[in-house]
Amino acid sequence: MSAAHDDHHHGPAKGISRWLFTTNHKDIGSLYLWFSFAMFLLGGTFAMVIRAELFQPGLQLVDPNFFNQMTTMHGLIMVFGAVMPAFVGLANWMIPMMIGAPDMALPRMNNWSFWILPFAFAMLSATLFMEAGAPNFGWTFYAPLSTTYAPETVTFFIFAVHIMGASSIMGSINIIATILNMRAPGMTLMKMPLFVWTWLITAYLLIAVMPVLAGVVTMMLFDIHFGTSFFNAAGGGDPVLFQHVFWFFGHPEVYIMILPAFGIVSAIIPTFARKRLFGYDSMVYATASIAFLSFIVWAHHMFTVGMPIAGELFFMYATMLIAVPTGVKVFNWVATMFRGSMTFETPMLFAIAFVVLFTMGGFTGLMLAITPADFQYHDTYFVVAHFHYVLVPGAVFSIMAAVYYWLPKWTGYMYDETLGKLHFWLSFIGVNILFFPQHFLGLAGMPRRIPDYALQFADFNWISSVGGFLFGASQLILLVVVIKCVKGGKKATAQVWEGAQGLEWTVDSPAPYHTFATPPDPKLIHAQ
Amino acid sequence: MLPKAKLWLGLVVAAFTLFSTNLQAAWELNMTQGVTQISRDTYDLHMQILWWCVAIGVVVFGVMLWSIINHRKSKGAVSATFHESTKVEIIWTVIPFVILILMAIPATRVLTEAYDSSESEIDIQVIGYQWRWEYKYMREDANDEEVSFFSVMSTSREEISNDLPKQEHYLLDVDNPLVIPINKKVRFLVTANDVIHAWWVPAFAVKKDAIPGFINEAWTIVEEPGVYRGQCAELCGLDHGFMPIVVHAVEQEEYEAWYAQKQEAARVTREMANNVVTMDESMANGADIYNRNCVACHQAAGTGLPPAFPALAGSDVVNGDLRANIDLLINGVPGTAMAAYGRQLNPIELAAVVTYIRNSFGNTTGDLVQPADVNTILQEAQ
Repeated sequence: MSAAHDDHHHGPAKGISRWLFTTNHKDIGSLYLWFSFAMFLLGGTFAMVIRAELFQPGLQLVDPNFFNQMTTMHGLIMVFGAVMPAFVGLANWMIPMMIGAPDMALPRMNNWSFWILPFAFAMLSATLFMEAGAPNFGWTFYAPLSTTYAPETVTFFIFAVHIMGASSIMGSINIIATILNMRAPGMTLMKMPLFVWTWLITAYLLIAVMPVLAGVVTMMLFDIHFGTSFFNAAGGGDPVLFQHVFWFFGHPEVYIMILPAFGIVSAIIPTFARKRLFGYDSMVYATASIAFLSFIVWAHHMFTVGMPIAGELFFMYATMLIAVPTGVKVFNWVATMFRGSMTFETPMLFAIAFVVLFTMGGFTGLMLAITPADFQYHDTYFVVAHFHYVLVPGAVFSIMAAVYYWLPKWTGYMYDETLGKLHFWLSFIGVNILFFPQHFLGLAGMPRRIPDYALQFADFNWISSVGGFLFGASQLILLVVVIKCVKGGKKATAQVWEGAQGLEWTVDSPAPYHTFATPPDPKLIHAQ
Repeated sequence: MLPKAKLWLGLVVAAFTLFSTNLQAAWELNMTQGVTQISRDTYDLHMQILWWCVAIGVVVFGVMLWSIINHRKSKGAVSATFHESTKVEIIWTVIPFVILILMAIPATRVLTEAYDSSESEIDIQVIGYQWRWEYKYMREDANDEEVSFFSVMSTSREEISNDLPKQEHYLLDVDNPLVIPINKKVRFLVTANDVIHAWWVPAFAVKKDAIPGFINEAWTIVEEPGVYRGQCAELCGLDHGFMPIVVHAVEQEEYEAWYAQKQEAARVTREMANNVVTMDESMANGADIYNRNCVACHQAAGTGLPPAFPALAGSDVVNGDLRANIDLLINGVPGTAMAAYGRQLNPIELAAVVTYIRNSFGNTTGDLVQPADVNTILQEAQ
């Protein structure tokens, strides 16, 4: 047997076993991305049910219990099923190619960390068809609503979360091991593309907080089945403890969903401005600062639980501080565009929309940090508008920007630019009609997570629903674009984009099944 | 000013006037200024931070838009080569920091005031239940008649299911509103009996979580008489959307008269618990109580929402031993959504609702429960 000889002809296996047993970072990246898109459509369907019920006052389509199941499942599926796996998929595809590595450091674990995910989400989704119904206590699953008062299916939810956590931790270990050990000669840390940097920091966040999430759901499991009283006041437990532990996970989780987006936008804007990224070093330090601050702001989600004033003040000040490094990032992107030579292909459109709309989500975040004002905003549609602005035209737009940006590298063909632009503009208009009026609803006093509302909220609700249907339907265009691009089209060059920099653009399009089996020429590695 | 510009200005002004008057109720855009010092301070903080954000947004997005328009390749723009400037980086780190300090100072002041619940003149315990509020006035003298009552949404299920037209205060009306005097410092001691709720009245800028096992404090001094409405703000299960809060703020004399009348009503109710009721009375009264308290889970036709919320129609409990049925209603079923109604309803109401469920939905036990019997069971339990 000549192993060395075989290696040179090593292509993908045929049929289903290629996908089941693959250890190839590109295949696993594709699996993650397709899985994420499927979950995006599923979670989006739940959102359509929510918006349809809220189209008019009164109960039209669903009962309040099913409505609560929809809000809960929408949140869980979108956070854990759509956004996080999409970023892991992009990491799998791009990190080895960006640092000149042949593959991920731990390819078998890579396979495992993807393939447990479908089981987790199958288990979670199956609860919809069970007699007791799906989890109905909100994606934040506050105890004791999620323990003593929960439907029996909560146990499936707990195990699903455990599996998702295991997947994330394995993925993170893999990413850290790859970045720290497998960079090509000459690829020093401060020459790494920002997408690699932001993912390195994100992976550390994941390793730090996923065990905390696992801990809190395990405590729930014990309260429900083994008679403990961690969160049961009647047994000497503390319902507020749940919230502290949950948000110690939950706040860094917010940054887990946005830091890789920063990395993507920091790659796309310089490409289409044909100008180096402004303030690379400060971008790295700002990312690290945001990651650090994310650990000491968790209780700003809990300003109304009755913390002592010293606690309220500490968490208010710490939260306000996050505006500084986040501001630095936004200023850097604008300075990169300033005096550039810009063109506006679909990835750039999504990236620019990201900067504007994410910043608007940042502004409302700053408003929410002001504790006395938060007493009025808390648990209203103002909060719903805030976090959807940072997550949809924030995180999700960055993922779409990334897909359009790297799709020619993945498939070897250019995507249909006209359809891409149509997708962008419909999404952009839809997302604003959907979420902007929700600011007004919240300020006027509409609580979140209600299936029916008072008459003064009727107008903005139907407007928001119309925007929701538009945004939802527009996402099918993305599916068409991707399928068309996989099937064929104009041949893509290795460079793809005139202004693109980085190692991934030095390999052919489509990227060969194995890239950088030998390290790239160090002369190809430039400062970012 | 050019005539054309004048025309535009006129249109904008006209649009704003239209927006702010005719359509105000339906198109409310902003936070309420409320009727307390704290609510006005909160509104000011909200506007202040909003204007800072607008100003920063105008500058940042302005530069961006200007670049997008002028520095595009199609206009022949050639990209510059600069990519860092320590001076600029320091400036745009320091300026936001200064703005944050300018915001933190008033925010700290308002928060400190909002947290000072000392020297209250009236104390009211606010208790959240799935899905109603209980208000309990703290007595100065233990011998006084206690004023405490439940406040349940009075919007009918037919309005929610679109079978009846929706009234003006759809979902925001209750049977027994909270009544407080104006210009008095009223302290709320907020807790919950089952899951976490949150007591929120926007006009007071008071939102406090009601947490089982905890007592949270909030307070208000209402300056204008009126009816103020709010809602539960923390997801608390099935009928989270249907547990509104209504507060009547009235003059001191009116408050005192109301309080005395409530005390009198409590005395009468206690005495009436010994009266004998008829089947017709009990069925009518029971139906009313059922529709306010039970219908969310057990449904109008007694079909329930199994498995979490069992059916009453044909139920073994409802058609079985009467005493066991009354005990279950009084004590609830621990670990489920079935609350202990022994404290939430008075003996007359408890008797009526048991009579009702045992003779409705196809159940035909023929039992007529007397308030005095329920009273005996309640006293035994104590």
